[in-house]
Amino acid sequence: MKVKMLSYTDLDTPIHRLTGATKLLFFVLWSVSAMITYDTRVLVVMLLFSLFVFKISRVPFQQYAFVLYFILIFFVLNHLAIFLFSPLEGVSIYGTRHDIFHIAGRYTVTWEQLFYQLNIALKYAVVIPMALLFLLTTDPSEFAASLNRIGVNYRIAYSVSLALRYIPDIQRDYENISFSAQARGIDTSRKEKLPTRLKNIAAILFPLILTSVERIDKISTAMELRGFGRGSRRTWYSLRPFTKSDYIALALIILIAAASAVITFYDGSRFYNIFVE
Amino acid sequence: MMNRAVIEFTNFSFQYRAQTEPTLQDINLTIYEGEKVLIVGPSGSGKSTLAHAINGLIPATYPGEISGTLRVMGQDQQELGIAGLSERVGTVLQDPDGQFVGLTVGEDIAFKLENDAVSQSEMTGKVTEAAHAVDIYDFLGASPQELSGGQKQKTTLAGVLVGEVDILLFDEPLASLDPYTGTKTIELIDRVQQQTGKTVIIIEHRLEDVLHRAVDRIIVINEGRIAADLPAAELLSSGLLQEAGIREPLYLTVLKYAGCPITPDIKPEHIETIVLEDAAGKLRDWYLANDEQPEYLDCPPVLELRDLSFGYEKNHPVLHGVSLKLGKGEMVSIAGKNGAGKSTVSKLICGFYRPSSGSILMNGRDIGSDSIKERASRIGFVMQNPNHMISKTMIFDEVALGLKVRGMAESDIEKRVHEVLQVCGLYPFRNWPVSALSYGQKKRVTIASILVLQPEIIILDEPTAGQDYRHYNEMMEFLLGLSKQGITVIMITHDMHLMLEYAQRTIVLADGRKIADDRPERVLSDKAIIHSANLKETSLYRLAERAEIDQSSEFVRRFIAFDREARQG
Repeated sequence: MKVKMLSYTDLDTPIHRLTGATKLLFFVLWSVSAMITYDTRVLVVMLLFSLFVFKISRVPFQQYAFVLYFILIFFVLNHLAIFLFSPLEGVSIYGTRHDIFHIAGRYTVTWEQLFYQLNIALKYAVVIPMALLFLLTTDPSEFAASLNRIGVNYRIAYSVSLALRYIPDIQRDYENISFSAQARGIDTSRKEKLPTRLKNIAAILFPLILTSVERIDKISTAMELRGFGRGSRRTWYSLRPFTKSDYIALALIILIAAASAVITFYDGSRFYNIFVE
Repeated sequence: MMNRAVIEFTNFSFQYRAQTEPTLQDINLTIYEGEKVLIVGPSGSGKSTLAHAINGLIPATYPGEISGTLRVMGQDQQELGIAGLSERVGTVLQDPDGQFVGLTVGEDIAFKLENDAVSQSEMTGKVTEAAHAVDIYDFLGASPQELSGGQKQKTTLAGVLVGEVDILLFDEPLASLDPYTGTKTIELIDRVQQQTGKTVIIIEHRLEDVLHRAVDRIIVINEGRIAADLPAAELLSSGLLQEAGIREPLYLTVLKYAGCPITPDIKPEHIETIVLEDAAGKLRDWYLANDEQPEYLDCPPVLELRDLSFGYEKNHPVLHGVSLKLGKGEMVSIAGKNGAGKSTVSKLICGFYRPSSGSILMNGRDIGSDSIKERASRIGFVMQNPNHMISKTMIFDEVALGLKVRGMAESDIEKRVHEVLQVCGLYPFRNWPVSALSYGQKKRVTIASILVLQPEIIILDEPTAGQDYRHYNEMMEFLLGLSKQGITVIMITHDMHLMLEYAQRTIVLADGRKIADDRPERVLSDKAIIHSANLKETSLYRLAERAEIDQSSEFVRRFIAFDREARQG
């Protein structure tokens, strides 16, 4: 396992060339828009757009495969939970009721519910690629510089970037620790029964946490010795100036956000209703 | 000619909050501008505490009680605080990996300037200048993972130089470097000092390696006090080093064995400057008199690698057809640069990865299809950092863990664990928490936790890294004892003393190929092999050359054998 998961790789694509601040603003506005709207048309357009951007970025699949599977599991759980807790949410939102089949008690599958959950699925599908893209194409230190530029305290900004920067190191530690644990017979694979497996995972986590604390200790000492945290402000070596493409990207997201808001609220409801005759 | 004092300790004592005894006691020490001073001392002597006082980590990060005064550049240490001191003292810590804050070389060098809120344009100029000073300019855009150990060390030094400090403080700069990179680092420090005229303070216990380039003074710290403060030549001629448990340069040990007196007049501080004259004759006599030949026992083979190849990615092989044999009870060292394939070999042996071709035989049986767990009962692997292995809070539980998961009965577990703890000298601590142990003791706990599974082979990654001479000795004698009981010991290391003194064989890997497999003293006399494994020529070979002894590797072998007897008394 030599592939670095969820870490920044320095590629030269239009997406990588954007400054961290642009990407952050883009991501925030994009997510807010996607969260507000239940307009299927808007969501579909946004989905196509995000897939297109993802393609341009040329991020290799292995880098996010694991996270993607992880998200998919939650995605499915989330959908089951929605149906379990409010099986007729769609009916109350769209004001009509077209039954498909009855399961038991209050659980009836309706077209309205399916449509409602489809919209939720689309929201996921719109936000996730952008979130991954943001993580995978933003240089952590440039990201810290960007956060600082939009007003976040530099100490917080820097700790966020350090956390991102240490993801690969901690993965390497984890791999080593889990190897040595396996050699002593502490198996964390599916061959073990779940309770034992959980106990064994805990046995790996202990040294992992310990080494991570050791790491943090070392790095914070090194940073302090080099004057970190002295002044109320600091400058950034890797800060990049805004270029034309940054302005274009920002203009684009404002346009998208505005358009999505207008289309969504045009008829007075966040929900695009296909059930009105 | 004496310059002004930059560091003045006056009756300085320090006691850590958690300790009952002061770590530093009544230190009086003055260091002058432009001096190059080496501070040596065994582990726990207080030499690191002294460094922490100079750079302000005491009392900022490690709180405790200070008495007496310390003035840095004429100002009181406590008034300056860690922030004020960072303006005057630049610290290079050991382990360049752990202190890399930037994502690229350029950014890391700029870190101090960023914190001083220097403008971006000014920063670029200063970073370029510092990068040129240490010759790392071509790598400004590279990420730390792409760098070699030496390049990382250069980056760290540039990051300190850029702050325009007056004092450069090196806290065990050689601890995590291979011999070749260590030599280059000492040369770099020397060059930078000559170019900038800054005051340089080096804290190290690897005395001979630092003396590769001249220092003005050596200060020996032992048990919290200054045991000596002398020029190198005088210190080496005195018996003060042995008293403090610091290993003297090996060429001086040989000269003493040969009956040559060491005095400041013969310039004993460097193998090239030392005046031999009639000592050369004495050395030759000594060499001829000690011609006892060792018996090489033929050990029955335990493990055999046949034509092993492997790559983490397709078309990028890291190992190319490596074959080797290991005998029962043999002690073997594996050397090579970072990335030469050393740890890959051990991971293949333990079964963490499967070879792409070739086979691994144990006692004549192919173990290719055995699981990690099955192999683990015969092959143990001890990692370099004990904290990577320890997952229980109590010593007994930690050692018992491997047996518990194998479902052994409680009473049998207790018996076996106690036996192993006896062997490892940890029995008195069996009911202690792991956290109460020293680094070396923790390392022993990890070895115990492997030994309890009764392996036939034990693989250790850098068993003595960062340990002083006394701890090195204890650890290695312990491992030697294990090998005498018939356990095969494989050590991945670039410690050349360790190879010479304890390995029966040294295997050298370069670019995934085996390039040497022979007695260590013969391997280490081959310049081409030394070069390709980032090792260096030891002073013993040079001494043999200078004394006109042709068989330099035989000379080294006789010295090691003689030294072994002498040390055991």
